[in-house]
Formats: sequence, C-alpha cells, structure tokens
Amino acid sequence: MNNVYAWTAIAVITLAATTGDVLLAYAMKRVGHVGELWQDQGLFAVVRRILGTPTFFLGVLAMAVAFYSLLFGLSWGNLSLVVPASASLTFVANAAAARIFLHERVGRRRWLAAILVAAGVALMAM
Amino acid sequence: MTFRKYLVLAGITVFSTLGDSLLARGMKTLGGASLHNISGLLLSILNPYVGLGIVLLLAFFASYMSALSWADLTYVLPATSLSYVLVALIARIAFHEEISNTRWLGIALIAAGVGFVAAGPSATPAAGEDPMHSEAGSSGLRLNNE
Repeated sequence: MNNVYAWTAIAVITLAATTGDVLLAYAMKRVGHVGELWQDQGLFAVVRRILGTPTFFLGVLAMAVAFYSLLFGLSWGNLSLVVPASASLTFVANAAAARIFLHERVGRRRWLAAILVAAGVALMAM
Repeated sequence: MTFRKYLVLAGITVFSTLGDSLLARGMKTLGGASLHNISGLLLSILNPYVGLGIVLLLAFFASYMSALSWADLTYVLPATSLSYVLVALIARIAFHEEISNTRWLGIALIAAGVGFVAAGPSATPAAGEDPMHSEAGSSGLRLNNE
C-alpha cells in the first residue's frame, strides 16, 4: 500500500478506462451488430461505419491514456497488484457509469456478478 | 450464434491476458519507465515482448469492439473477467509470484461472478422490444438476444 506511484497509476488507469469503456460501448451500439454487418455488407463497410463514428475516437483516446498509464504502472508495481487493483475499481465505476450514461438494465444478476468479480479482483490484489 | 458469442468472449479473455503478460515481461526487461525518458517509453514498442504484447492487445480490442456491438458493457466486462485469474496463474508460472489463500478465494469469487453473468441475458432490449425476452435467462429457459 505504500507504493504511491503504483496507486496513482491505478487511479488514472481506472478513470481513463471507465471513460473509454463507456464511450466505446456507446459508439459500437451506434455502429450496430458487427457480425451481421460484416455478413451483409463486408468488412470494408464495418470499418467505414466504425471510422465514421466520432465517439469511437474519443473512446480510443481515453483507452490510450489508460494504456500508457498501465505501462508506467507495470514498471513501478507488480503485475499482480496493478492489473487486479485497477480492474476491481473499474468494474464498480463501469456498472454505475453504464447505468447512468448508457441506460443499461443492471438487474440483480448483473450487480451480483459485478460485486463478486470486483471483490474477487480486490482479494487478488492483497 | 451462441457458440460464436462465447468464442468472442473467450478471445477477449485470452488476448488481453497474454497481451498484458508480454507487456509486463517486456517492461521488466527494459527497466523502469520514467516521465523524464518519454522517447525511451515510445521506443519500447521495438522490444519484441512489448511488440507482440501490443499485437495481442489489438486482437483483444477487435474482439472487444465486436462484443460491445451486440452485448451490454455490464455483461461483457464481468463475462471476460476470467482474464484476471489467468493473469495470476501466468504470474505464478512465468514470474514465480506466490498465490496466497486470499488470492485463491478471489479466484473463486471471480469464477462465480463470471458464471452468474454469462448465464444471464447479454443485452438490454431496445425500447419497444418485449422485456420478458431478455430477462428469461435466469432459470432453465435460455433466450439470448441474437
């Protein structure tokens, strides 16, 4: 717990990853079912549709921030601390953010799964 | 379609795990990253471990985007969280980090959570769709939104 650098990286990773996940999920819902689109109109149509969605690039930008924070974090702390700790926080943040911003139906099953996974991931960081 | 769905989810899990592990391996070889050495950080992709790790993370990203196009974020994230179990196992095998009893308990909780969400509906029905259709995944009857 005394590794301030590692935990700073974890906080930045969590914030950036949650922002990125929500933006990317929003973008892909606008793109539509990739598998069906590929079958109907080909891979080129899929790529063009994705590249034509501005939210996608904002999501990628946020993910790039999370990615480079992860590179820093991994060189400062153990793989088995940085990855589970940032992931655990990201699960909680994402469940709330998906409900608020994406209007996903987060029922008992989803909450229980998110809490079990977040708790499990947190235990693994100890 | 259900088989392909689980294949995509498995791809997300495996690609992200191997990608992260290779990146960690590469960054450990290169030594500590630092804000004073930005060019060193950018050049780190020339390291074979880091390079291969990035290729695998690109494969992860493609399967992740595919999954997000037909499933909820709150479904995809827990359903693919077995990757943290895989990270721990790889950390033990490749980096010889210990797995304590606490960590084994964490692995059990994650596995339970994955089973819970994966058995349920994968997408929130769009407005106007029959809500019963997507809530029916809980017991016996499995209707997936495909």
